[in-house]
Amino acid sequence: MCNSELRSIEKNLDKLRAAGIRPVAISIDTPEESRKLSQQMGYTFTILSDSNAEVIKRYDLVHAGAGENGRDSARPADFLVDTSGTGRWVNLTENYTVRARPEQILNAANSLK
Amino acid sequence: MNVRRFNWPLWVGFLLTFATSLSYFFVFVWFPVTRDFPWANLLLFLVAAVLVVAGIRRGFASDRPHPARSKIVTSIVAALSFGVIALFIFSIFIAARWLPASKGAPQVGQKAPEFSLQDTSGKQVSLTELLSAPVNGSAPKTVLLVFYRGYW
Repeated sequence: MCNSELRSIEKNLDKLRAAGIRPVAISIDTPEESRKLSQQMGYTFTILSDSNAEVIKRYDLVHAGAGENGRDSARPADFLVDTSGTGRWVNLTENYTVRARPEQILNAANSLK
Repeated sequence: MNVRRFNWPLWVGFLLTFATSLSYFFVFVWFPVTRDFPWANLLLFLVAAVLVVAGIRRGFASDRPHPARSKIVTSIVAALSFGVIALFIFSIFIAARWLPASKGAPQVGQKAPEFSLQDTSGKQVSLTELLSAPVNGSAPKTVLLVFYRGYW
């Protein structure tokens, strides 16, 4: 599911970048695990590692026990943050299978003044 | 009557319920149109259900060579088939909604909390840096943060 969302971002990377958007993915995977994922899937955008879910906690996105061996993981969530650090579009899906689509993200970014 | 001996609609329907469940995770999940609402899977399940129902009628017909055994086997296979369909629907429409409410997540107009995390090469990267380092040669307008569960 997450890979599906990340793959659609990779496929639309040119369009996203042309709209001034820098996609950054964050999970509890270690840098090593994320690197393997990028290589395997051909991801070229930035992937950050929040191994102890500190940032995930700060963003109130902890999905308790949802990770490997019952580790706390992140629930799926997307944020468009402008250069002042302010959230301009937020997608907190209510269903794990329903994810942000690139067109939605582009529309949201283009509607910002 | 040899053809009637093998209850193919029952078994094909049964196998189709499994194939359909797996197809979501291996095929349909990759396309937003079939991922966000699994209509392709629901259509396939409908076909499977029609086959299984035809298989039940056949399995309970009076001309079976071993009527008692046929009824038992048919009942078990049909129950498993509908169980697979029910499990899929439960997973996608009910269990997939068991997500935390995240009331404290930054909302539109609120500051996104600053952070500094390691990228895949082990380098520390902060939100401030992500917001200022150029994209395609010019300053980015926005950073898209995508939180996901992760793999292992």
